[in-house]
Amino acid sequence: MFYYLLRRFGLLIPTFFGVTIASFAFIRLLPGDPVLLMAGERGLTPERHAELLKKFGYDRPIWEQYLDYFFGLFQGDLGNSLITKKPVLEEFFTLFPATIELSLCAIIFAMILGITAGIVAAVKRGSWFDQGVMGTALVGYSMPIFWWGLLLIILFSGILKWTPVSGRISLIYFFPPVTGFMLIDSLLSGQKGAFSSAVSHLILPTIVLGTIPLAVIARQTRSAMLEVLGEDYVRTARAKGLSPRRVVGIHALRNALIPVVTTIGLQVGVLLTGAILTETIFSWPGIGKWMLDSIFRRDYPSVQGGLLLIGLFVMIVNLIVDLLYGLVNPKIRHT
Amino acid sequence: MRSTKLILSAFAVSAMMTATASATTFVYCSEGSPEGFDPALYTAGTTFDASSKNVYNRLVEFEPGTTNIIPGLAESWSVSDDGLEYTFNLRDGVKFHTTGYFTPTRDMNADDVVYTFKRQLDKTHPWHEYTAGSAWEYFDGMSMPDLLKDVVKVNDNTVKFVLNRPEAPMIANLGMDFASIMSKEYADQLAASGSMEDMNQKPIGTGPFKFQDYQKDAVIRYEAHEPFWRGKAAIDNLIFAITPDASVRHQRLLAGECHFNSYPNPADLDAIRADANLKLPEQEGLNVGYLAYNTKVAPFDNPKVRKALNMAIDKQGILDAVFQGAGKAAKNPIPPTIWSYNENIEDDAFDPAAAKQMLADEGVSDLNMKIWAMPVQRPYNPNARRMAELLQADFKEVGVDVEIVSYEWGEYLKRSKEEDRDGAVLLGWTGDNGDPDNFLAVLLGCDGVGGSNRAQWCNEEFEALIQKAKVVSDPAERTALYEQAQEVFKREAPWATIAHSVVHKAMRNNVEGFVIDPFGGHSFYGVDLKQ
Repeated sequence: MFYYLLRRFGLLIPTFFGVTIASFAFIRLLPGDPVLLMAGERGLTPERHAELLKKFGYDRPIWEQYLDYFFGLFQGDLGNSLITKKPVLEEFFTLFPATIELSLCAIIFAMILGITAGIVAAVKRGSWFDQGVMGTALVGYSMPIFWWGLLLIILFSGILKWTPVSGRISLIYFFPPVTGFMLIDSLLSGQKGAFSSAVSHLILPTIVLGTIPLAVIARQTRSAMLEVLGEDYVRTARAKGLSPRRVVGIHALRNALIPVVTTIGLQVGVLLTGAILTETIFSWPGIGKWMLDSIFRRDYPSVQGGLLLIGLFVMIVNLIVDLLYGLVNPKIRHT
Repeated sequence: MRSTKLILSAFAVSAMMTATASATTFVYCSEGSPEGFDPALYTAGTTFDASSKNVYNRLVEFEPGTTNIIPGLAESWSVSDDGLEYTFNLRDGVKFHTTGYFTPTRDMNADDVVYTFKRQLDKTHPWHEYTAGSAWEYFDGMSMPDLLKDVVKVNDNTVKFVLNRPEAPMIANLGMDFASIMSKEYADQLAASGSMEDMNQKPIGTGPFKFQDYQKDAVIRYEAHEPFWRGKAAIDNLIFAITPDASVRHQRLLAGECHFNSYPNPADLDAIRADANLKLPEQEGLNVGYLAYNTKVAPFDNPKVRKALNMAIDKQGILDAVFQGAGKAAKNPIPPTIWSYNENIEDDAFDPAAAKQMLADEGVSDLNMKIWAMPVQRPYNPNARRMAELLQADFKEVGVDVEIVSYEWGEYLKRSKEEDRDGAVLLGWTGDNGDPDNFLAVLLGCDGVGGSNRAQWCNEEFEALIQKAKVVSDPAERTALYEQAQEVFKREAPWATIAHSVVHKAMRNNVEGFVIDPFGGHSFYGVDLKQ
């Protein structure tokens, strides 16, 4: 197990280098000069253009810019946003809790519904329920997030008036953020109704962001369960007279979960991508919308810093998944 | 029970908006986040809405709904005979905001005005680079460093601006957002505590609303400034609910989660008009969208060829397809909301047959040309690609083959300036200070050739008129000069003027007193909610 852990952690180092290079290069590979974009139609003189490039350090050789960025990382300095002039690290961590809160709710929603639906579909293979779940999963997987979000808003907020349209909490509640997680902060605020308001604001974005992972998890669970249910040891368990609940819930599910855990880990990247659209639709102040704006405006420090931090986050989640994988399947940690 | 709670929670905000017995709260669904709160550092309207329009004042201001200059923090001003000195008499008893982070000990005075401009003008000023990467974009963009020699305190209530050359639009420049008056006393407090960046995060102004809180990308809160020098605002609390998606802003307006939607979708306009709970005032924007020929390249160096092409353009078709009712055909290079707009000019008639004949008369046949389509949406051109396709079809009718080209936006702006550019460029302009000079000199003056003058057009007669209008201070004389300049423009046709956008503002029916700002800003002073 020790060597397994060592190897996993060791892999993080080259990955980190790769992510720093990729995040630095990505925004520079896109055509577009941040200084020209800042000036817009008004334009600026060549002298002023050169002056601003110098001020931001973009007149220097690319490798010097990279080294500056790289060594800045070790001092926790990701630079300042060209737009807001604030430190990128501060901006990121102001917005990150909102994205995490939404993503966590979405993945929990997707796991609970997805695994349950997948198991039942596998056990009742070929039934109307199975067909229905798999058909719905396919539709869910193909659903354009933007359209799906607007549809839910029009139905549940516009017509039925069950949920608020957008935002994280009703505007009547006003308290300073403590953790950045609205569910926790609303409880800490002690204001009556704040928590339920935060929950009600989470419902639609959670459904929208969780739809694709839900579809993927349901399909993966079903296929993994079907494979495992056909194994000899399951037949043996049944022959021993164990209850169907015990056979499915203990013997089959544990093994079927191995690929499902991997799938869930991979969904973290999907969630962060989906967050860009979900956050835009629901006016959710997270990093998805922030990254999108930064890319459009060629805000180099924000894009490279944001990509790096998101990359690190995905790496850590995948490391945890790998470790969990090792726990679930002992064969893995010995190979 | 559970769903009842949700409903109650979701609509608590509606209750808040109607529970006005003690305090009136106005919720504005804004389209984006401010970049910061120091308006001199930025050029975006969204930032100005959150700062200069509601939190600050300027020495002179624009009369609501017009581009006319009225006194602001300066009660009066005078201009020296040589046009090089502007002396402003400041208003007495103007209070800066008192907040949790600043308590002023004195009223606004000349020190504040000098500080406001010196920090932008003087490269050695301690506040010139007070935040990382700060650049005074608008101040520089309006050539103020070249124009302004010095800003001098005469006494506590008098300030003198000394210019390097006479420039009539100077007064209009001082009404712009970058000229918002900041508190010197607050700046000193921040400098002493080592938190100069807060000037851009926690604003202190003299305006109708004082800043309370900003939750990034979510909500900005303000409350009324009680001792505001024009009188306290009718609304007590102002909330900006940041909602980037236009369809969602529309839903929030319908649900009563906000009173005002800044930029409704063209597709939602009919639904808003049909809704008894909403209203939709409109006004032409301070902008113009155009097609600039390269007048240095044959055959576009021939005014008759340009005129013929202009006559081939079906502007109504463009308005219907591209602006979807949110545009008005442009005949002049300045919008009708600007003083000196020449009403008497007749637009080129849409007449493909005559256009074809004119081209033949000029010996132009089998003409191939390029039209550049912008890769971005702008108020003056919401869909440049579509517009280019319509122009392509119109020109085909008169025997001109068009190839549509496009580049990344920064690259587009850069390449379109080149004097030997191949093709006509779709572009436009949104006015900065409501002065005709801001359109005519910037976009069509000889100095702009190789720069912002995309037609590369330098006409002696036109240039003489606009240069003269720059230095005379009599408004009537300036008006006459600009009207003549527009006649020259129409005759020479360096552009095909396409459209001015029509700005729509969607709001709840109980919103009263909102006046559409021709500059596109949103100021909520004077707005009230009908009971």
